[in-house]
Amino acid sequence: MSSQTRTLSFSLAINEAIHQTMAQDPSVVLIGQGVKSPWYVGNTAAGLLERFGAERVVDTPVSENAMTGLTVGAAIAGMRPIAVHPRMDFMLYAFDPIINEAANWRYMSGGAMSVPVVFWGIINRGGEQAAQHSQAFHSLFAHIPGLKVVAPATPYDAKGLMVAAIQDNDPVVFIDERWLYSQVDIVPESLYSVPIGKAAVRREGGDLTVVASSYMSLLAYQAAEKLAENNIQIELVDLRTIKPWDKETVFSSVRKTGRLLVLDGSWNTCGLAGEIISSVTENEFTALRSAPARITLPDCPAPAARTLEKAYYPDTDTIITVARDLVKKPK
Amino acid sequence: MTLSYSPDLLRKLFSMMCLIRFVEESFVEPINNREVLCPCHLYSGQEAIAAGLGVSLRSEDLAFGTHRSHGHYLAKGGNIDAMVAEIYCRETGCSKGRGGSMHLVAPREGFLGAAPIVGGTISLALGAAYAISVRRQKAVALSFFGDGATGEGVLFETMNFAALKKLPLILCCENNLYSTHMAIREMRHKPDIHDIAPPQGVASRQVDGNDVFACYEAGKWAVEHCKAGYGPVFLEFMTYRQRGHVGPDDNIQGTRTDIRPAEEIESWRKRDPLAVFEAHVLQNNLLSSAEIQQIKTETQKRVVEAHHKARSAPFPDGKEVSNFVFTN
Repeated sequence: MSSQTRTLSFSLAINEAIHQTMAQDPSVVLIGQGVKSPWYVGNTAAGLLERFGAERVVDTPVSENAMTGLTVGAAIAGMRPIAVHPRMDFMLYAFDPIINEAANWRYMSGGAMSVPVVFWGIINRGGEQAAQHSQAFHSLFAHIPGLKVVAPATPYDAKGLMVAAIQDNDPVVFIDERWLYSQVDIVPESLYSVPIGKAAVRREGGDLTVVASSYMSLLAYQAAEKLAENNIQIELVDLRTIKPWDKETVFSSVRKTGRLLVLDGSWNTCGLAGEIISSVTENEFTALRSAPARITLPDCPAPAARTLEKAYYPDTDTIITVARDLVKKPK
Repeated sequence: MTLSYSPDLLRKLFSMMCLIRFVEESFVEPINNREVLCPCHLYSGQEAIAAGLGVSLRSEDLAFGTHRSHGHYLAKGGNIDAMVAEIYCRETGCSKGRGGSMHLVAPREGFLGAAPIVGGTISLALGAAYAISVRRQKAVALSFFGDGATGEGVLFETMNFAALKKLPLILCCENNLYSTHMAIREMRHKPDIHDIAPPQGVASRQVDGNDVFACYEAGKWAVEHCKAGYGPVFLEFMTYRQRGHVGPDDNIQGTRTDIRPAEEIESWRKRDPLAVFEAHVLQNNLLSSAEIQQIKTETQKRVVEAHHKARSAPFPDGKEVSNFVFTN
């Protein structure tokens, strides 16, 4: 199988990124709960402990604050650690090292020091897991100066953005969804990176710009395929990087279509979707043929019951309905 | 015991204590006349700790400080001009005026930074100890924190992990008996802080933080313990700040009056680390009064010079406010 056709799942693409960067650079280490247990991190950490040893692949006690702080301190001291949080919800214990320390350290030292650390937060939701096993905090982290935030939607980007995050000299929050882990795609065997801050146009179309990221990009793609059967052509911009998000790609798509729908896999208020819509409105007001729209989670904690989950999480039908409506609206 | 100390070591210890004291006291006036605006947590009274530890450290040893870290920075080898300029928030400061008094940094000397979130840098020092360990370096990491930080859970998480992995981490708790305004007896069920370490697997000692020889010995022991691979050390230094929590006096309620009991302040003033040292070396003919005077005069001159340089340096340019957020 050539490297142009080799396929890999999303989770194994991340695994390969870590294998290759650890082999290349002895300062890369993986630290977090469950790195030796598939129950926690799926197969993303498969084979790492055996290959690189317990000093560089550290399964930790349940001490998110100190363990994340450890990765920040190690980064300041010249390492390139990856702090993995197998459930993003538990990452809140580590807000101090992530926000107060890592995100500010370079600025408050006048550029004398940098903090090359990856905070890897895995969103693991659905299946009646309820409010504390479901949360997506990308907007929260994106609010903080000094943090970059990436959220891949494809196996290719999962590998490339993990590599980019590890190689970046500043703190990067890498957010992925377990819902994407079984996606399979062509993934080159070589070590490559996907640039942070560059979106990808997944599908070209003239009727409506849809901006999405992570799992919402997958749903958007499926919705766009169905809409095309009814002659509605979606231009799908997959952000890949939440911060700094690729304004130029989004703006130029809106200039082409005149319509904007933003999908956000988290809550509505003060969220990513609101940020994108306000930026487009500020900068491309005259290009808009109708008011932009957003699909987000309701401002409500994640529920348990399957009936409530169905009401809570948007699906392709939600996207199709809103998109149809937007395209029909006259100027 | 002190008879065995070389004159060179005695001069080093005293010079560093003088440097720290004179710098701290030199800021009283600029703070009071509002020439210096950034919050300054003065280290006067606690100099013996930084000075005593500092002589056992090399530039490959990595330290993290707190809000009260002028002394830590200097004792770790940080440049005085860059520190004084930083406190004046000038472009020539060690953090280019972006950090101020609470964010001193001297990377080449192994002072990796200071920060005022109580307990916030303890785990960073743990990370430095981990880095040292993975890289197989013969070095130690130091975390300075106060008695107030012992109320933070992260200290316990850190002790457990450092002991578990036998990391070369020295936890330096400077117990000055007050967490901002609050007396330690109102804050802790058991006041003896060093007792918290052994149950976590961390070797522990209580040290007279106003006796520079005791601090020196404790530091030497801790560094040797860590470098021998025995794991982390917890040192509780008993001391007292001669100034307020922030600024020259205890002005946390907006007044310039110290809220601590006058007798307590007075009793600790009698144990001033510089005066104790001076009396000891003179009594035992270890240094002459002329040598002592010379150190003081030279140090004072250096401090005055640093203020002069800082005052004539430019403030950062407002157009550059967003520099240094990211590397690239």
